[in-house]
Amino acid sequence: MSIELKGVTKLFGDHAAVNNVTFSVKEGELMALLGPSGGGKTTVLRMIAGLEMPTAGDVFIRGQRVNDLSVQQRNIGFVFQNYALFKNMNVSRNIAFGLKIKRWKRANIRARIEELLKLFGLEGLERRFPHQLSGGQRQRVAIARALAPQPTVLLLDEPFGAVDARIRQELREWLVTLHHDLNVTTVFVTHDQEEALEVANRIVIFSGGVLEQVGTPREVYDQPANEFVARFIGAMNVLEPEVRGGVARIGELEFPAPGEADGQRIRIGFRPYAVQVSSDLTQHRYHAMLQHTFFLGVLLRLELELPSGLTIRARMTKEDYAHQGLEDGRQVSFQIRQYRLLAREAIGLQPEAELQSETPPVLGDNI
Amino acid sequence: MAEPGTRIRGGAQQASQRGTEESPLAKWVLIAITLAFCFVFLLLPLLNVFAQALTKGLGHYWQSLAEPDSRAAIWLTLVVAAICVPLNMLFGLAAAWAIAKFEFRCKSLLITLIDLPFSVSPVVAGLMFVVLFGLQGFFGNRLAAHGVKIIFAVPGMVLATVFITFPFVARELIPVMQANGTEQEEAALTLGANGWQTFWHVTLPSVKWGLIYGIILCNARAMGEFGAVSVVSGHIAGLTETMPLRVQVLYEGATAASTAAAFAVASLLALLALFTLGVKCLLEWKQARAERLIVARVERS
Repeated sequence: MSIELKGVTKLFGDHAAVNNVTFSVKEGELMALLGPSGGGKTTVLRMIAGLEMPTAGDVFIRGQRVNDLSVQQRNIGFVFQNYALFKNMNVSRNIAFGLKIKRWKRANIRARIEELLKLFGLEGLERRFPHQLSGGQRQRVAIARALAPQPTVLLLDEPFGAVDARIRQELREWLVTLHHDLNVTTVFVTHDQEEALEVANRIVIFSGGVLEQVGTPREVYDQPANEFVARFIGAMNVLEPEVRGGVARIGELEFPAPGEADGQRIRIGFRPYAVQVSSDLTQHRYHAMLQHTFFLGVLLRLELELPSGLTIRARMTKEDYAHQGLEDGRQVSFQIRQYRLLAREAIGLQPEAELQSETPPVLGDNI
Repeated sequence: MAEPGTRIRGGAQQASQRGTEESPLAKWVLIAITLAFCFVFLLLPLLNVFAQALTKGLGHYWQSLAEPDSRAAIWLTLVVAAICVPLNMLFGLAAAWAIAKFEFRCKSLLITLIDLPFSVSPVVAGLMFVVLFGLQGFFGNRLAAHGVKIIFAVPGMVLATVFITFPFVARELIPVMQANGTEQEEAALTLGANGWQTFWHVTLPSVKWGLIYGIILCNARAMGEFGAVSVVSGHIAGLTETMPLRVQVLYEGATAASTAAAFAVASLLALLALFTLGVKCLLEWKQARAERLIVARVERS
């Protein structure tokens, strides 16, 4: 294991920014710490770095307990959200800083700088100062500077937060390639679930200082550990039908709910891709009007309005849409292939997103 | 067809310019008022000081500066400034660091305290030290018993000047350090630097200009302070007179020769002020030139 956290808690005053968190990062892994702002993910990253000390629990790096080691002794590379480049130093001197501090030989420093400039596509910018660089260049300098002293782990705080959307996509792909080439254990913080799903090997999801789930992008998407994860990762339709005779009903929709008590309201969720839409009105059980189509690229998002006024979202490919001859205003039929029980009234419907640890069972297929 | 269109657009643009900019008349009137004000209140009195200083000729000018009591006053002024400015620099850095980089209770109280010397009359400041260290004062007796003399001696003057110039460096540095935040320092720590290396290579260079400006202001005030220093000095010619005090004593001499001598010392004080301003301008020019050179070099490559 490259990094291990065991029962780590961090209190700021009375507030637990991080609450009893345990997880580990494997050697060479690219790990995302994901969650809404205030979820405690940056605090976790700073505790791994040694910029914050845990109130309780232990942090290990390569099997060594590092609680009592200072930032300087942990041999980590840290990239700050706004890069924190040294304003009074040019690119070369920024990258050389850590090497000079560690008393590398001058010839070795020069060789290392040249190697990094080449690897990061920064040749020709050696003498520029941070304010003379673009956002993307600044980020690359910051990562080059962090990697220069050959750290055991690379930690990045919201690495794509400070650049505009167009460059962000480029940088994501670049980070994946870089990680593949260097194979340094890397942990990055993000609040963007798409970013985490796309870039990371595994994702740790936090909310309110609590660890909600650890898993591969596929695992957290397909098997969310709880309602929070289910709703945070990817889009989801959420409905609150009432149970009567083993069937939960809302508007026209019916969901088999065997074993659920009569008169109880439950919360169920289903992904837009689980909604199958057809222009053939006889094909599926439910009918709705296609109210609006949003073009997202290859995929389209469809908003369906049922006669009862209920609105649900579906997703389909551009080809399928064209093939079926769909357009806004058309009547369609649809079915919901898969859905999940997110919460029962008995265990508290009200405080959304605060349910934990109960794995929502898949209730049914093809209704 | 295209021509009328462009003309209309041009006309619209002109109208919008007139809407946002002042008329030329207002511009010149404002410039004239500012220049006239600067001339009457700044330049004219300054020129007058030099003119008065030279009424008795250059020979008398040098003589009045070379006179033992005046020489002692010049020396003492430099000594007081040489003690106060470094103390202020250390204090200013420490205070600005504490306020900008750490969170603690009563922070706003501390900031208000730092500003205190600005709001207290210098004469009151001088009296505070007399009350504390004078013979009838709080520590006075005990200090006198050990043969330590603070009031009516150089230590008292240094104390009063330190009090008066206390806020200058801190006031300049706090906003600069707050704007810089702590990320650069943390970055240095993650790269293995210790506290001293971080301060020397990262913090100090990033606040360099604020620090220099604070020191210049502090120095100007330390040399020019009259009120507080006057109260604690006792006006012992040749021993506890700084230049501003010397100017007053000479001026009150009321002979033509002593008045000219007063202006001679005053002109030297003014020259010191102009010199510090000159140093500031030179530093700013050098900084701007260094940046231009870098940009030019980058563009060439």
